[in-house]
Amino acid sequence: MRHTLAALVENHFGVLARVSGLFARRGFNIESLAVGPTEDPSVARMTIIIDGDDRMRDQMVRQMQKLVDALDVRALHAESMVSRELALIKVRANAHNRSQIMQVVDVFRGQVIDVSKESLIIELVGDEAKVGALLEVLGEFEILEVARTGVLALARGSEVMVAPGVEAQAPTA
Amino acid sequence: MDERQETSGAEMVVQGLLREGADVVFGHPGGAILPVYDALHGAPIHHYLMRHEQGAAHAADGFARASGRVGVCMSTSGPGATNLITGLANAHMDSVGIVALTGQVGIGLLGTDAFQEADILGMTMPVVKHSYLVRRAADLPRALHEAFHIAGTGRPGPVLVDLPKSVANERAQAIWPEGTPRLRGYNPDPPAPAARDLERAVAALEGARRPLLMVGGGAAKAGAQAEVLALAETLGCPVICTLMGLGVLPGDHPAHLGMMGMHGTPVANLATTQTDLLIGLGVRFDDRVTGALPHFAPNAKILHIEMDPAEIGKIVAPHVALVGDVRRVLQILLPLLVGRDVRHPWLPEVDSSLGGGFGYPRERFTDGRISGPDTVDAVHRATHGRAVVVTDVGQHQMWAAQHYPFSRIGQFITSGGLGTMGFGLPAAIGAQVARPGETVVCLTGDGSFQMTLQELAVVRSYNLPLKIFVFNNGYLGMVRQWQEMFYEERYSYSEIWSPDFCKLAEAYEIPSVRVERSEELEGTVQRAVETSGPVLVDVRQVTRENCWPIVPAGKALHEMMVPPHS
Repeated sequence: MRHTLAALVENHFGVLARVSGLFARRGFNIESLAVGPTEDPSVARMTIIIDGDDRMRDQMVRQMQKLVDALDVRALHAESMVSRELALIKVRANAHNRSQIMQVVDVFRGQVIDVSKESLIIELVGDEAKVGALLEVLGEFEILEVARTGVLALARGSEVMVAPGVEAQAPTA
Repeated sequence: MDERQETSGAEMVVQGLLREGADVVFGHPGGAILPVYDALHGAPIHHYLMRHEQGAAHAADGFARASGRVGVCMSTSGPGATNLITGLANAHMDSVGIVALTGQVGIGLLGTDAFQEADILGMTMPVVKHSYLVRRAADLPRALHEAFHIAGTGRPGPVLVDLPKSVANERAQAIWPEGTPRLRGYNPDPPAPAARDLERAVAALEGARRPLLMVGGGAAKAGAQAEVLALAETLGCPVICTLMGLGVLPGDHPAHLGMMGMHGTPVANLATTQTDLLIGLGVRFDDRVTGALPHFAPNAKILHIEMDPAEIGKIVAPHVALVGDVRRVLQILLPLLVGRDVRHPWLPEVDSSLGGGFGYPRERFTDGRISGPDTVDAVHRATHGRAVVVTDVGQHQMWAAQHYPFSRIGQFITSGGLGTMGFGLPAAIGAQVARPGETVVCLTGDGSFQMTLQELAVVRSYNLPLKIFVFNNGYLGMVRQWQEMFYEERYSYSEIWSPDFCKLAEAYEIPSVRVERSEELEGTVQRAVETSGPVLVDVRQVTRENCWPIVPAGKALHEMMVPPHS
């Protein structure tokens, strides 16, 4: 079972190592981890996708909450969140099949953001299933490179994660 | 202070330690930490010069356990810092609050594989509660203040502060934070349990017919002796202790069935299989305590009272969990039990083959050879049950846990979670420093002792009146026991040659005595305890004695083995 964890953390160097190490040493596999700053530059947000049972999910949430650098950690529920991923896909393309590839990209509402004589780069935003589906179709052509951001997710509606309104701790690294 | 007055990072360290009340430091100097040692020169801080950094970490650990304060250790960068790691891991596993201050190469050299550079922050991440690499002297006052706060509050643990030499030399204005640090990612005081959970706990206590209190290290850390006693008396039920919970309930209390787990009493272990409500007080259900998990407390609901939310459901899924400091939670729970039908006295049934099941069966020798349990008995009598007992790891450790009835929290100092051979002597040094007027005994084995015996130099040079008893049986005893029982008597590298420990003590100018006959044990131990300064007793013991009972690894608690003739 796949779970989506969201975490607000201190935006310090080293926090990523603390979080990823936590998963590794408990034998929990991270499928994807995306991190970036938030509206508050002292706070970063992580979105972590893990595969495991509910107990494992709860255990990881609690272990992450123990980190002094973790400000808020939650498991998001699949039915009450939106999730998106950005993929950049470089495909071999020439004059013969370029328009065919672009048609496929249109169907997926992707964008072609770079064209050269022998290849083009596609940008696609969507949930994982959509990215996966496009990659499958493009498999009929020749995929040269893929870069994916990993999943980002927010809870729908009024559920909001906010860092507690006290000052940031002393820099840890 | 003049606002423009600047101090060096090294001076801030000394000032910060003093502001935190940390006037005792265990350490070892070296290149990268030299500026701090320069600032320590003449400062009103008692620095104990250890002979190995591992010893410094264990001494800080022993000091913390014996004093209830945060212990401090200090080392240089590179090998000095890496030598601390075992001690940090040990403190982490047993939730002991220590602050480790390590020197580091200068900021400009970080990441260049400079001389004596080690990424100690990265290496220690799995074994610290938190850590800092201080990049500016101006950050030091807050980092130190936060480090002590984090180490000592909530579920305590080790905090590392890595200090590059250039930062120690940098001058800056020190702005000292006042009061308790407010960290947005750290709240050591969880909110009181919800009324609904408290009601469910009370209902579980009312519904139980055979409740059982299981007392762990969290109850000891919380200082919950009075509350645990009150709960035991309210419920009228038996009490069992984990290794780390020993001392919370007086060893001779009538409700106390003894230690549980791999080397627990038969009656304590059978209590877990017969109880219908296991009340875990500050426990984490370690595998040495539960035995085979599928068979642990098979007939019981679990009421888990524990301060660390991450321990709830980690090993055992509780029926009800109350998160919080054990003492505080019991102070809330106890009044709710007044007038409720929660008193359910009972005693576990013990098969006659286990000889009653109370106490710990032992092997008996009538030929004048000395046994491990007899040695513990002699130490117990000679110290009137009041000594601070520090152990190493192995058979002697279990015998100490079994046969020295502890009566107060902090009286038994042992490496529980990590099981660190070599912990004993340096931890005893820390404990003796913390409790200068008290009798501190170090019970160690010939194997464990040889891992850190260089710290005898510290015992001598500070004239610490430690009483060291070496349980000398010529083997890594617990390894030998397992090889006998579970590896068809293939004694692979468990027989161990030792130097003459009395001559060794003599070389360290520590009085010593050897005892080989049981009729001389009592008197020798008595005289050793009455010696005013340090003393080492080389207790020559039965070479192939086993520690009983034993629950084989992977077996259920009721599958304990007892000696054939008991």
